[in-house]
Amino acid sequence: MLLALVVCALIATALAAQLATRYVRRRPLGRRNRRPGGASDRRYDPGRERRAERRARELLRSCVNDEEWTMYRDLGFIQVAGALRTTGSPEGDGAERLGVILDQRRPAGSAASADAESDGRGPDTGVAYAYLIYPHKPLVAYIPDSGRLLSEYCVEFPDIGAHHGSRLPASDDVLAKWMALTSDERRVVADANMHLVGHQLDPGRVRRDIWRLRQWQTRRLGNRSAPAG
Amino acid sequence: MKPGHGEILLAEGDTEVEADEARLVREFRRQLDDGMWAAVPTQRPGSGRREAQLVQDFGEIPPDAERVIFFPRASGG
Repeated sequence: MLLALVVCALIATALAAQLATRYVRRRPLGRRNRRPGGASDRRYDPGRERRAERRARELLRSCVNDEEWTMYRDLGFIQVAGALRTTGSPEGDGAERLGVILDQRRPAGSAASADAESDGRGPDTGVAYAYLIYPHKPLVAYIPDSGRLLSEYCVEFPDIGAHHGSRLPASDDVLAKWMALTSDERRVVADANMHLVGHQLDPGRVRRDIWRLRQWQTRRLGNRSAPAG
Repeated sequence: MKPGHGEILLAEGDTEVEADEARLVREFRRQLDDGMWAAVPTQRPGSGRREAQLVQDFGEIPPDAERVIFFPRASGG
């Protein structure tokens, strides 16, 4: 009897669905966009923006994996593994399969211009390719084992029905990309504008972020394997 | 819509209660009609990895889901 009651209670709790959405507005790009005493000044509230971002961070934290959250907290971006994993050569096979995912949308010349930098294997062995998710910046596809940069995928989540030019808070933007990528990667890359790496992001900056990520992962692995005490 | 608020709670209820479910379904459809995407944070069986599942119908929401998150549709930037 008691067991049945507990199960029912658990089910009832689990079935209590919450429907949530989020609203946002674009932060004014600069002083020149503001008119003193004008409508834009009345709309802009830095405290509200900060609160929105704080809430967005909490929501992000509650949805992603612990590793992804700490990665975002420490580094400012999240790495998400590509959906297709390979057991052969991660670099060659991964890049080839990514091309299949993209339905041959790869622009001419991208293979030649892809960054072929190789600076050693990182802790991501086994992941054929991955994405770096930055807030309000393109997704970057790359090969963790070699550090080779593949493409940028410019994707936005415009706030429907809100003020012109509004956009999600930074952490909401990351969460939207994370949800879209982990649920329907094919759709995301199909809808995105694909460019060669360097179109919007500085490849040097991305390479540095990949290096930072490797250092971070190595430290994290070290902390995990270190004996307690 | 209220800009600058991050996420807000649209509706909450127990899907086993008929009135609650009707209200949730109504709000769910309204959001999708407004062009939003709906996703449910889930956990992959076995590995325990968290990921999201896009849902296009209220019936697609996993029975153990605690929340549905609506977000604007992706578009090329």
